[in-house]
Amino acid sequence: MEPTNVHDPEYYHKVVDCQYACPAHTPVPEYIRLIAAEKYTEAYMVNWESNVFPGVLGRTCDRPCEPACRRGRVDEEPVAICRLKRVAADNKGDITHLLPKIPIKGNGKRIALIGAGPASLTVARDLAPLGYEIHVFDEQIKGGGMMRSQIPSFRLPESVLDEEVNNILNLGIHQHFKTYVSSLNSVLDDGYDAVFIGTGAPRGRDLSNLPGRAEGQANIHVGIEWLASVAFEHTKQIGKKVIVLGGGNTAMDCCRTSRRLGGEEVKVVVRSPFSEMRASPWEKEDAQHEDIPILDNHVPVSFVSENGKLKGMTFEKVHAVYDEKGKRSLVPTGEPHAFIEADNVLVAIGQENYFPWIERDLGIEFDKWEMPSVNSLTFQSTNEKVFFGGDAALGPKNVITAVAQGHSAAVSIDLYCQGKSLDVRPNPFTNLVSQKMGIHEWSYDSIVTNDDRFVVPQAEKVLTLKDRKKEVELGFDKLVGFKEAERCLNCDIQTVFTENRCIECDACMDVCPTDCITFTTNGTEEDLRTRLMAPSLRLAQDLLVSDTLAATGRVMVKDEDVCLHCGLCAERCPTSAWDMQKFFYNTTKAHHGCGQH
Amino acid sequence: MTYVRPTFRHPDLPKNNINFTKKDYEGALSTLCAGCGHDSISGAIAQACFELSVEPHRIAKLSGIGCSSKTPAYFLGNSHGFNTVHGRMPSVATGAYLANRDLLYFGVSGDGDSASIGMGQFVHAIRRNLNMVYLVMNNGCYGLTKGQDSATADNGSKSKAGSVNPFNAIDLVGLSMELGATFVARSFSGDKAQLIPLIKAAIKHPGFAFIDVISPCVTFNNNVGSTKSYDYVREHIEATSTVDFVPIMEEITADYEDGKEITLHDGSALQLQKLHQGWNPEDKLSAMIALQNAKDKGEILTGLVYIDPNTNALHDVLQTTQTPLNILKEDILCPGIDALEALNESLR
Repeated sequence: MEPTNVHDPEYYHKVVDCQYACPAHTPVPEYIRLIAAEKYTEAYMVNWESNVFPGVLGRTCDRPCEPACRRGRVDEEPVAICRLKRVAADNKGDITHLLPKIPIKGNGKRIALIGAGPASLTVARDLAPLGYEIHVFDEQIKGGGMMRSQIPSFRLPESVLDEEVNNILNLGIHQHFKTYVSSLNSVLDDGYDAVFIGTGAPRGRDLSNLPGRAEGQANIHVGIEWLASVAFEHTKQIGKKVIVLGGGNTAMDCCRTSRRLGGEEVKVVVRSPFSEMRASPWEKEDAQHEDIPILDNHVPVSFVSENGKLKGMTFEKVHAVYDEKGKRSLVPTGEPHAFIEADNVLVAIGQENYFPWIERDLGIEFDKWEMPSVNSLTFQSTNEKVFFGGDAALGPKNVITAVAQGHSAAVSIDLYCQGKSLDVRPNPFTNLVSQKMGIHEWSYDSIVTNDDRFVVPQAEKVLTLKDRKKEVELGFDKLVGFKEAERCLNCDIQTVFTENRCIECDACMDVCPTDCITFTTNGTEEDLRTRLMAPSLRLAQDLLVSDTLAATGRVMVKDEDVCLHCGLCAERCPTSAWDMQKFFYNTTKAHHGCGQH
Repeated sequence: MTYVRPTFRHPDLPKNNINFTKKDYEGALSTLCAGCGHDSISGAIAQACFELSVEPHRIAKLSGIGCSSKTPAYFLGNSHGFNTVHGRMPSVATGAYLANRDLLYFGVSGDGDSASIGMGQFVHAIRRNLNMVYLVMNNGCYGLTKGQDSATADNGSKSKAGSVNPFNAIDLVGLSMELGATFVARSFSGDKAQLIPLIKAAIKHPGFAFIDVISPCVTFNNNVGSTKSYDYVREHIEATSTVDFVPIMEEITADYEDGKEITLHDGSALQLQKLHQGWNPEDKLSAMIALQNAKDKGEILTGLVYIDPNTNALHDVLQTTQTPLNILKEDILCPGIDALEALNESLR
């Protein structure tokens, strides 16, 4: 293999699995170390800089970082990254002096943001400090978008959301709440320099064609609409027997909310097998913990009403069959249909985009699914002034993805307003610094602890089920937070190898606890992977390959897969050919200035 | 602060025939200098025992004093160990071997421990043909006392401080052949591909197996002008052949046009390829000549040097009991008055 190009910032970035997997590329190990050092405010600000809503995400994130966590490959469970974020948010001090300053004199550009959800607020946060005049429009009474309307208060207290939304709105944002934008054309006519559309995926899917749907109308609700109605306190109760249709996180929120509004026999009924439900495993666990059975392999057949009142639903029982390509089909088992009683049914089977307010003659192309044509790198639409982000851009995902897209769109808007090319993206900020402090001393806790993942304590069920606003999870306290933080392997402390210092004593190879390092003759990647000290099975994990070594003509090959970043290779290296160096990677945000420094 | 080895290991570590992974053959984390050749040898010993599927509790590690003799703490942490007085490891090994012939004896010594203070012991262990592996970690200096020349330092080798050694070196390989060792090899800590099969063959050898391993001292003897530095050894190394150890039951597939296969006592085999010209490992004279030729040319000859696979170790020579003393029962150890009288009668 060719020597690895470690000057490409993406190489070391990829080694930091959690950060690489995060859509916003939050520097996870960096803030976890700050938490361990009880620097909660600093840890919070590392998050705030990157993901804008640490308190919200520390409770509700989909956590793509955790399945990627290296610890999960050597230990039973990954680091509880998400809940550590909450430790930072819970324990932070005053941050007002750390927030960006808004220039007294603006730059003369005006930007309209349609929708006040996570994507729009991210754009606002990134552009306001640069002097842009930001106008945000939303039909609701407060900002937050789906974070307010769809995430129940027992998972995300309103105070946490308000604080983080207001941190942004207080950056001199012009707020137009309770304002439904019914025409993009009229917004464009107002002479904004750019318009950002972050209106989410506001329409919940329904089962309009299922027999009995119309008759049961009064007691059948679409999940996200119902959740919003609860959040804004229009709906305060539900029947004793509730069926929630759907297997995603919205379904989990619906069933748990139902339990708090009077639902006694709440059942989740889902078409697919339990293991294939889209809901996060921990959300399913939390629902089951609240005595909510999840009935899988049940396909809805009809709503059943009597005398104009909903009585329940019938379902066909199926089982999943897979063809050679792994494609699933649900085949009826032949058992008689099941009838399940219900006073109310909540339909939470997905949500979709909906743009009735965008005129189709504004130069924005829409595809056959009525989705706008959006560049997935720049988030610009085919109308150069109009940008999309969040669920509105590429379909429903999650908050952290919306934030990441907001950052990218903000960079694009800033470039666009300066008349620069959107395709020349500013480089990420990177830094690589040795962490050596002394003979056996590193600036980070290199000792790998053996603790199992700590469980987040929860408030007692008898209390939480009584009060819709009582937060279920209590969060880690400082001590447990410290212990959990110490489980982090510090993957951003890179093992940096310098060929011309190596005397090939093999010390690193001998001492490495996970057999990552091999000195051998060079070959193709496929061949090398068969000749390493330990099996090299995860092909997505890179090999770090050195240049040819002078003494023997061999190369050093390090399989990054299960490196514990313990630093023993560097400690046992007599010539400092190995060094532990902290790699800091920060995606460019508009408020860093796109090449304006 | 670090210097603590994590307990996590590679999740896909292979297992050997007795269901152990390499972890089961590890010892404590080394406290030798970073880059010490000895650590590499420790790694090779652990790897060889893992690959041979030796049960760790069937091994006894014996050593004297010195950097080399500390190493048994750093490998085979689940085995027996005896760290003896300086240079006196062969005596303890002799006693242990006579008491329990069932264990695998692994002696680890250094150039000071074997070629100076323990020379008198070393030669008798060879002469008596103990069934053991005797491995010398040879760095040509006294690393534990700041790097003075040892008895194996080559004449003309320059120390880190700049003084040139005026004395001739004791060649432990030549000496052990002269004394009748039946397995003699030399290797280099920086060449595991050669060292590991040699250790495996030495373990399988039924008599005294001697391996002299050049092991650079990074702190005191890795300077320009030293003949035991990593660079010097790599520049002057010559191999008698490549070495491959083939366990019993495994089909032998290599072809032998320029090679040789030696069947070991238990049926496993050593495959030697690219043989040194004029050298036959089973012919002591040719081995002596190859050694002397290499010395004359300033080469460091490594690999298997001499082997006599059919040797009679001390127990066979003395025709002692097959049973380790610790499991001999009282009725055999103390056969009674009749047996005593019969014995006395036979001596009258």
